[in-house]
Amino acid sequence: MSDITAPGHAFVRTELVAPAPPPATSTGVVGWIWMRLFGGWLNTLLTVASLYLIWRIVPPVLDFLIFDAVWTGSSRDDCLAEQIGREVGACWPFIRAKFTQLVYGFYPWEEHWRVDLTFALGAALLVPLLIPRVPYKGLNAILFFGVYPFVAFFLLVGGKMSMFALGLTAATVELVLDGIAGMGALPVVGPLLTTIAYLLAIVTWPFRALLGALDWGPGPLWNDVILTGITACAVVWYVTRRSGAAERRRALLITLAAMLAIVLVIKALGADTGRLPYVETRAWGGLLVTLVVAVTGIVASLPLGIMLALGRRSRLPVVRFLSVVFIEFWRGVPLITVLFFATYMLPLFLPNNWSIDSLLRALVGVALFSAAYMAEVVRGGLQAIPRGQYEGAMALGLGYWRMMGLIVLPQALKLVIPGIVNTFIGLFKDTTLVLIVSIFDFLGQLRAAFADPNWSTPVTLFTGFAFAGLVYFAFCFGMSRYSLFIERRLNVQRR
Amino acid sequence: MAINEDAGSAPARAAFHNDPKVRAAFYQIALFVLVAWAGYEFVTNARENLSAQNIATGFGFLNNTAGFSVNQTLIPYNEADTYARVFWVGLLNTLLVAALGIVCATIIGFTVGIARLSSNWLVARLAGAYVELIRNLPLLFQILFWYLAVLGTLPNPRGSVTIPSFAFGWPDPLQLALFVAVLGIAFFLAKSPPRVPLPAAASLQRGAAALLVLWAILRVLPEVGLMRAGDGVVFLNNRGVFVPAPVFEPGSGFVGLALLVGLAAALAVAWRGRQQRQATGKGGVALPLVIAIAFGPALLALIVTGFPVRFDMPQLRGFNFAGGIRVIPEFVALLIALSTYTAAFIAEIVRAGVLAVSHGQTEAAYSLGLRPGPTLRLIVVPQAMRVIIPPLTSQYLNLTKNSSLAVGIGYPDLVAVFAGTTLNQTGQAIEIIAMTMAVYLLISLVTSLFMNWYNARVRLVER
Repeated sequence: MSDITAPGHAFVRTELVAPAPPPATSTGVVGWIWMRLFGGWLNTLLTVASLYLIWRIVPPVLDFLIFDAVWTGSSRDDCLAEQIGREVGACWPFIRAKFTQLVYGFYPWEEHWRVDLTFALGAALLVPLLIPRVPYKGLNAILFFGVYPFVAFFLLVGGKMSMFALGLTAATVELVLDGIAGMGALPVVGPLLTTIAYLLAIVTWPFRALLGALDWGPGPLWNDVILTGITACAVVWYVTRRSGAAERRRALLITLAAMLAIVLVIKALGADTGRLPYVETRAWGGLLVTLVVAVTGIVASLPLGIMLALGRRSRLPVVRFLSVVFIEFWRGVPLITVLFFATYMLPLFLPNNWSIDSLLRALVGVALFSAAYMAEVVRGGLQAIPRGQYEGAMALGLGYWRMMGLIVLPQALKLVIPGIVNTFIGLFKDTTLVLIVSIFDFLGQLRAAFADPNWSTPVTLFTGFAFAGLVYFAFCFGMSRYSLFIERRLNVQRR
Repeated sequence: MAINEDAGSAPARAAFHNDPKVRAAFYQIALFVLVAWAGYEFVTNARENLSAQNIATGFGFLNNTAGFSVNQTLIPYNEADTYARVFWVGLLNTLLVAALGIVCATIIGFTVGIARLSSNWLVARLAGAYVELIRNLPLLFQILFWYLAVLGTLPNPRGSVTIPSFAFGWPDPLQLALFVAVLGIAFFLAKSPPRVPLPAAASLQRGAAALLVLWAILRVLPEVGLMRAGDGVVFLNNRGVFVPAPVFEPGSGFVGLALLVGLAAALAVAWRGRQQRQATGKGGVALPLVIAIAFGPALLALIVTGFPVRFDMPQLRGFNFAGGIRVIPEFVALLIALSTYTAAFIAEIVRAGVLAVSHGQTEAAYSLGLRPGPTLRLIVVPQAMRVIIPPLTSQYLNLTKNSSLAVGIGYPDLVAVFAGTTLNQTGQAIEIIAMTMAVYLLISLVTSLFMNWYNARVRLVER
C-alpha cells in the first residue's frame, strides 16, 4: 500500500470532521413539536383533530363551571337565564343550599359537631399514617384500625353503653349455647349436642352468673370494664411468663395504659351516662354514609381478605375448599345482588328477635363482597413470595402463624399495595350502590336534592353532577396517585 | 431445655395435642362443624321466619301471573304472563345490553388504548385524560348522569336531535364533495411513499371491486329506504332514540339464505388461503375479495328479488314518532355509561399488553423491512393479545355484572324486573335472589372455563 501521507498528495486530512449537529427539526423545542405533533400528514391530522376536540370541550366546560357560573343567590330565580339576563353556567347557590344535606343527610342539626369531630379524628389519624416520614407507624395503625372504628361508632351513634368486652362475650356464649340446645331435635347428633350444651352450660355457669350480678356499685358498665381490665392483665401476665421480668412489667403497664385510655374515652364520650343523644342510622346520609361505608369496608375487608387468602393457600383441604367457594361465590355475583341479599335475605336467616339496622346490613354485604376481591389481591402477593422464604421460616422453627405474620405477609402485602389501593378505589366507587337499597349516600342525597322544585332550573342537574363528580374524582384520583407514589417509593427501596 | 437428651434414642414424638396431623384434623372438623351449624341455623331460622310471615316457599310462584308490564321486551310478553316469563324477559334484556356493551366497549377501549400509545403527544394526553376521568368516577354516577342530565334534558319529539343532521340526501353537492374528499384521502393513503407498487393487474382488480361495491351501496341504500333527502335517520328526544326498523317482506328469506351462503363461502376461502400460505409461504387471500364473497351474494339477491328487506323510518306524527324502533332512554343511558366506563379499563389493558411486547420485537420487525402497519398487525398484536385476553375477559364479565346497575334507572334487566318487582310482589326473597345470583354465577363460571381453555391454548410453548 502506498503511503497517502507522503508528499506529492495535495491535501490529506489529518483529523476527523466534527460531527454535524442533528437537523434542527429533531432537537429542542421545535424538534419536539415537529416530531410529536406534526411529523407526517397523519400526525398533523391527528393534532388538528385533537385541537378541535379540546376547543370544543375545554372552553365550554370552563365557561359553565367558572365564567358563566352564578356564585351568589338564594333561590332558583338567581339561576334562570330569563331572570338575570345572561348565559347561565353552574348554579353554585344550589350546592350551597343543599350542602348540609349532601354532607350530613338528615343528621340532627345540633349534633353536626359529632360528625365533624369524627371526620377530623379520622383525618388526624390517617394523614400521618399515609406520610412515610412520620414515625410511630405501628401505634398509629393500631389507633386507626383498632380504636378509631369504635370511637367513631360511639360518636356517630351515641346512646348509652350497657356492657363491655366480658358482657359481650357472655352474651355470645349464651347465644351459642342456645343454638346448640336448639339442635336437640336433630336425629342421631341431637342428644349428643344437648349433652354438650349442658356440659358447656355447667362449665361457663360461674362466668355467666358473675356477669349477671354486675349491677351494683358503679353500675354494670364500670364493673364490666374493671373486670375486663383485671382479666386482660392476667392474660398478659400469663402469656409473657417466659419473658424477662422487665419486659413482663412493660407489657402489664401497656395493658393498664390501654385500659385507662379506654376508660378516658368512655368518660369523654359520656358513653356511660348516655350524654350523646342516640341518632338512628336512618337519619344519616350524604358524604357521611359514603365515608362510613367506605371506611368500614376498607377496615373490615383487609383482615378478612388476608384470612381468606391464607385459607385458599392452606394445606388443609376443608379450609381451602370453603375459602375457594366463598371467594368465587362473592366474586361471581354483582354487588347489587349482594346488597339485595343482605337487605332481603339476611333478616330471614337470622333469629326473628334480631333486628339488624339497614345500614349495618349493607355494611355486611359490602364487607363480604370486598373481602373476596381483597383475598384475590393478597393471594397474588402470597404467590409472589419465593418458596425459600417459607422454607427459611420453617427452618428457623417458626410455626404457621409466626411464619405468615413475621416473614411472608409483610413482604407479600408490600408487593400488592397497588392492588390493595385499587380495591379500595373500587370499593369507594361501589359505595354509591347503597342508594339502590334506599340508603341515602352522597349520590342518593344529590338525587333527592334534584327533586326539590325550589331549585329546579335547566342547569341544576349539571351543577349537581359537576359538584359530585369533583368530589368523587378528588377521592379516587387522590387514592390512585398515592398508590403510584408508594409503588415508586418501594421500587426505589428494592433497587 | 429438654431437647438435648441422649442422641441415640428415637426422635421424641410430639404430644398428642401437638401432632400436626391431629391439629389439622381438629381445625378442619371444627371449621366444618361451625359452617354446618351456621347453615343449619340459617335454614331453621328461615323456615320459622317464613312461616311466621306467611310467605310461601318453593318455586311454584313462577307459574303465577305477573300482572305488571315491562317497557322493553325482546320476546312477546304481556301482563297476563307468568313470573317465569318475566325472568326470561329480564335475562334477555341483561344479555342484550351486556352484548352490545361489550362490542362498544371493545371498540372504544382499543381505540383509546392505542391512542394512549400514540407518538402524537396531544392524542396520547387526550386519551390519558379520558381514562383518568372515567376510571375515577363511580359507574352509577355516570349512569345517572347520562340518564338524568344528558338524555333527560333532551328536547321533546318535535325538537328532536337528528343524526346525521346533514342526512343522506342524494344527489347533494356537499355529500359529493365529502365523498370525493374521502376517496382522495384513501388514494393518498394507498400512495404513501416507500411502498412496493402493486402490479397493474392487481390495482385494476381492486379498483373494479371498489367501484362494484360503491355501485351496489348506492343502488341499495335508497331502495331500502335508508337515504332520504334532507331528513334524518336516527332521532334523539326525551322519549328515547328512534332508529329505522327493518321490515322483512316475502322473499327476504332468500336474501338471508344468500347472506349465509356468502358468509360460509368467504370463511372457506379465507381458511383455504390461510392454509395455503402456512404450507407454502405464498398466496393468501386479500381482504377485499373475502368481503366481496361474503356480502356479494346477499346484495345480488337483494337486487334480483326486488328489495324485500326495507327499513321503516321513524316519522314525526303529531307529538310523537311513528314507525321505526323506539329504543328506551334507559337502555341508551346504560349502554353509553357501561361502554365508556369499561372502555377506560380496556384501554389500560390494551396499553399494558402492547407495552408488554418487548421493543426488540418491533426493532427486529423493522430491520426485516416491515413497515409500522404490518409490524403492529403481524408482530406486536398477536403477542400482545396473549397478555390482553385474560384481563379483557374479566372486564367483559365486570360489564355483565355491572349491567345490574340498570335497576338504578329502571332499565328492565334481570335484577330490576325479577329481583326487584317480582321480589316485591311475591316476597319470596330466598328463591328469587338465589336464582338471580345463580344466573350471574353461571355466566362467570362459563367465562372462566373458556378462559382456562384459552390460556392453555395460547400458552408459550417452551422447550
